[in-house]
Amino acid sequence: MHLLEPRPQPSRKMRWLAPVYAIGLTLISGALLFTALHKNPFHALYMFFIQPLTTGYGWSELLVKASPQILIAQGLAVGFRARVYNIGAEGQLIVGAIFGGGVAIMTDGSSAAWILPVMVLAGAIGGALWGALAAWLKTQFNAEETLTTLMLTYIASLLLAWLVNGPWRDPAGQNFPQSIMFGDAASFPVLLAGSRVNASLFITLAVVALFQLLISKSFLAYQIEVAGQAPAAARYAGFSQKKAIWLGLCLSGLTAGLAGVGEVAGPVGQLNLNISPGYGFSAIIVAWLGRLHPLGMVLSGLLMALIYLGGEAAQVSLQLPAAMTGLFQGMLLFFLLAADAFINNRFRRRKPATRFA
Amino acid sequence: MTVAQLIPVFAAAIGAATPLMLAGLGELVAERTGVLNLGVEGMMLIGAIAGFACAVDSGLGAWAGLGAGAVAGALASLLFAVPALSLAANQPACGLALTIFGVGFSAFVGQGYVSDSLPGMQPWAVPWLSALPGAGPVLFRQAPVVYAALLLFGAVWWVLARTRTGLILRAVGESPESAHAIGYPVLLIRYGAVMFGGAMAGLGGAYLSTVYTPLWAQNMTAGRGWIAIALVVFASWKPGRLLIGAFLFGGVTILQFHAQTLGWTVPVQLLAALPYLATVVVLVVISRDKRLLQLNLPASLGKGFLPD
Amino acid sequence: MAERLQLSGITKRYPGVIANDGVDLTVAPGEIHAVLGENGAGKSTLMKIIYGAVQPDEGQMLWNGKQVHIDSPHAARRLGIGMVFQHFSLFETLTVAENIALVLEEKFDLATLSARVREVSERYGLPIDPQRRVHGLSVGERQRVEIVRCLLQNPQLLILDEPTSVLTPQAVLKLFETLKRLAAEGVSILYISHKLHEIQTLCDAATVMRGGKVTGIATPREETPSSLARMMIGRELPVCVMPPYTGEQRVVLALEQLSASTDDPFGTALAQIDLQVHAGEIVGIAGISGNGQAELLAALSGENPVAAPMIKLENQPIGHWQAGQRRDAGVCFVPEERLGRGAVPAMSLTQNAVLTAHRQSFKRHGLLNFAKARDFALRCIERFDVRCPGPQAAARSLSGGNLQKFIVGREIMQNPRVMMVAQPTWGVDVGAAAFLRQTLIDLSRQGVAVLVVSEELDELFEICDRIAVLAQGRLSPALIKTQTSAQTIGLQMSGLGASPQPAAEDSAHAFA
Repeated sequence: MHLLEPRPQPSRKMRWLAPVYAIGLTLISGALLFTALHKNPFHALYMFFIQPLTTGYGWSELLVKASPQILIAQGLAVGFRARVYNIGAEGQLIVGAIFGGGVAIMTDGSSAAWILPVMVLAGAIGGALWGALAAWLKTQFNAEETLTTLMLTYIASLLLAWLVNGPWRDPAGQNFPQSIMFGDAASFPVLLAGSRVNASLFITLAVVALFQLLISKSFLAYQIEVAGQAPAAARYAGFSQKKAIWLGLCLSGLTAGLAGVGEVAGPVGQLNLNISPGYGFSAIIVAWLGRLHPLGMVLSGLLMALIYLGGEAAQVSLQLPAAMTGLFQGMLLFFLLAADAFINNRFRRRKPATRFA
Repeated sequence: MTVAQLIPVFAAAIGAATPLMLAGLGELVAERTGVLNLGVEGMMLIGAIAGFACAVDSGLGAWAGLGAGAVAGALASLLFAVPALSLAANQPACGLALTIFGVGFSAFVGQGYVSDSLPGMQPWAVPWLSALPGAGPVLFRQAPVVYAALLLFGAVWWVLARTRTGLILRAVGESPESAHAIGYPVLLIRYGAVMFGGAMAGLGGAYLSTVYTPLWAQNMTAGRGWIAIALVVFASWKPGRLLIGAFLFGGVTILQFHAQTLGWTVPVQLLAALPYLATVVVLVVISRDKRLLQLNLPASLGKGFLPD
Repeated sequence: MAERLQLSGITKRYPGVIANDGVDLTVAPGEIHAVLGENGAGKSTLMKIIYGAVQPDEGQMLWNGKQVHIDSPHAARRLGIGMVFQHFSLFETLTVAENIALVLEEKFDLATLSARVREVSERYGLPIDPQRRVHGLSVGERQRVEIVRCLLQNPQLLILDEPTSVLTPQAVLKLFETLKRLAAEGVSILYISHKLHEIQTLCDAATVMRGGKVTGIATPREETPSSLARMMIGRELPVCVMPPYTGEQRVVLALEQLSASTDDPFGTALAQIDLQVHAGEIVGIAGISGNGQAELLAALSGENPVAAPMIKLENQPIGHWQAGQRRDAGVCFVPEERLGRGAVPAMSLTQNAVLTAHRQSFKRHGLLNFAKARDFALRCIERFDVRCPGPQAAARSLSGGNLQKFIVGREIMQNPRVMMVAQPTWGVDVGAAAFLRQTLIDLSRQGVAVLVVSEELDELFEICDRIAVLAQGRLSPALIKTQTSAQTIGLQMSGLGASPQPAAEDSAHAFA
């Protein structure tokens, strides 16, 4: 039953091969699943993973879907490096969207140039605040951040539901739970005519560049890494555990909040109950799959976006439920975690002889 | 508000508490052996859809659904157990993966069952007690599975507190190294505990979809799996306190449906946020005293174990 | 009569090492047989094989003349083999009786079991209360629990792995009496140790191991310590040189009425500790772990700051300073846990150099210069003879001794004013231990105030100028080592002696 034994030295090769194995195993399982559903697996995999990218529009949608996930993952990765498990980025995204969207709703009708920057700022603050709340609960009261961030996500989505059903409901919206559509001054300009790719992509690129510098070179990132890998060593060296917690949760809240604004001031264009198809959760997978590495997460973010696209395509072309996306995401994460075990461990050389009487 | 108004609230709270109690109890047993499985929500959803599908397709009714839910939950827990135990992978991450997978899987399978419904389970009046004036007819007229769940709870409690099995579970959770050194099959015991946790979560999920609200809706557990995990912390890993916590949360959960009866005029969404808010508050209150928490915390909780 | 236990050609390979290489071992009934060897010689693996916790790759085992295959500790216990682990296999939150129940093969009922525990423990002079929880027991009492747990199963062979490392000198003598009595009743005893004088007093025969192989079989009483040492390490035991200190005499580190509570529910609070450490001297703190050692070191290192005036560095109150501030001021510390505290296991030596040595101008504008860190690690590896593939090696891939040399070196290269070291040579091979001890002596003679916390009395007498004893959170006055003795210190360790506190548990229900 014990399959593994520790390697003397963590394997760098395995660190980057694990995602490849995970993707391969996910595709194989996907093919088996399609076969079980009486679909030709090759055709189905083609329709899921390749056909969406055969058009220019498909590629543009890939960017639209990848950008928020890459953005959120950047922040999450900082927390994960410190072993701060923020699993409530979805809630931080929603609060960021509420803050940013609030600015748009209150300035409706104006075309001032400061509106969009203020929305971005408000979104960042909103997301960071929602993350900071969990950091405060953790540092002050020792409350597990896994549970609090998730609970705060439910609270955030109910808050949004109340707002779009109540005070912020579009009076001309036939009682649909949604706000007014945001004006041009409160929306990111579209970069490619005929697509939904917009200027919020630059925020993502800027954050990736910044985090790449932070992670590879900074003393701060080193401290966070130590705090995550060996808390006792961090205390011994005098690195503050609390600082790591605050930083991890606030930064991931901030990037999630930015992503929230990017959605409501971008492809969605208003506040409603469907501002995110679970980007806050899928970004967790993006972070792990991208090895918590800023550039690695760009690749994994694109892959995760493709899974979303494929899920949508499969609905149309294969008459399969969109929930295929979640299924693929879950499988991918499982296989990744299993493959990751081989970074620090390897298969036992011989069959363990120990039997229990 | 009067006592007469409150009695139905209590009665509903018992029904709402049952899935929390079941899932929480399963997680408690797993955590006692040192395994932190954050996949409860996913296992509940898988149990819910499996139970519902079985009840609908077999036509055997809620009891068959409950059984199917438990089996499905136990099988789902293996998805967590293999990487988290055999490969000693990161436990919180594996649990999260199970939840993500469970959400997707249940939605995928459930697609075909969205418009179906079940008759639920006829309430059963406890002899004598249900005849008590006032509270009797309401409190002691629950679905039989509610009483069964309580009996199950009592049995697990007894095993944990009074038997050698309970002692071994605790020993493994405190020090898998020592347990291994004196010859206990740590991994096997942990597998057992995790699968028991899965079965309980699956049962809780199936209760939701076949008895409590006998229909299938995507994400119908609505965070109950997570609340169950929080309840285990709240209970300081003690079954008795888990029971109290489950009833408290059952009460908070159904408040939104009784707000009108109670004469409250708070927006329904904000009332619906109460259980989640209460979970945060409870976590804060219980986690404040680190020393006390550590005294009860299974010392190896969340740490992988690979013997040499 | 057949031999009790006969091993022949036992071989066990692990990736990269052969832990046991064709080991033969014969134990007669009623014999106290030593297995002697230094850390890493393969003793523990051999014992685990006998106890069924590890399976050998080759070799055979005869038990009372019959060939056996012991595939689990359960099987070993059924044969009549009991084991007292070096790091106890007890469960802190369970009671003594529950702990014992967990290894019994037959069904039990706690009340009857408690009575049997009392009876056996009194018969052998090992009094313990079956109702107490293990976390409240002293280390000596825990060992009694382990021994009684074995005795309840009427063993024919009792294995003790380094049993005296946690005992006071007096308690060691009591343990020896118990063991001799058991041997007289026909129980064979396998006694694992690296302490030569203990083996000479106690054991009838000795099998000496080095590098996984048997290097000699001896009758200890007929050997000399140096002949045993030659078998054990292949040469004479290295000795440290202690030159006198000739520099300026001044107090560098002073503890004044240091009291501290503990976060650990099973920890020990510190009460009014006074101590001065001068430039150029090594002060040793003796005592058994769990008597406030962890708390004292956390208070001194700044991991757990206290009130400002409780700790003074050259007359400046620093008790409230954090760990980083103290290290900036030249207070360096080598913790007992090397992996996970002194070093991050999965990180390279270069990265681990950054942990505390980032002060050596490794960083600019918040960015790290890893080339400098690598250079620092390289110099540390060379100067302190750290045997490893290079600065890119992960900390956890180093042996205990080499990692300790790296950590000690890293701290010394930061020119400390005060150097604090916990268990400097714990789990370290003889050669590295001697190197580390000499390094600390040399450091002190350069005018650094050195504080050493250790469980090994021999070590403290070898390298310290003065020795104090920490027992139950209180510190005895530090005495010049020539004015005290192992006996006196042993009494103080158990809480008797100069301590103003009521007697310790260990002595309250002392052996016999």
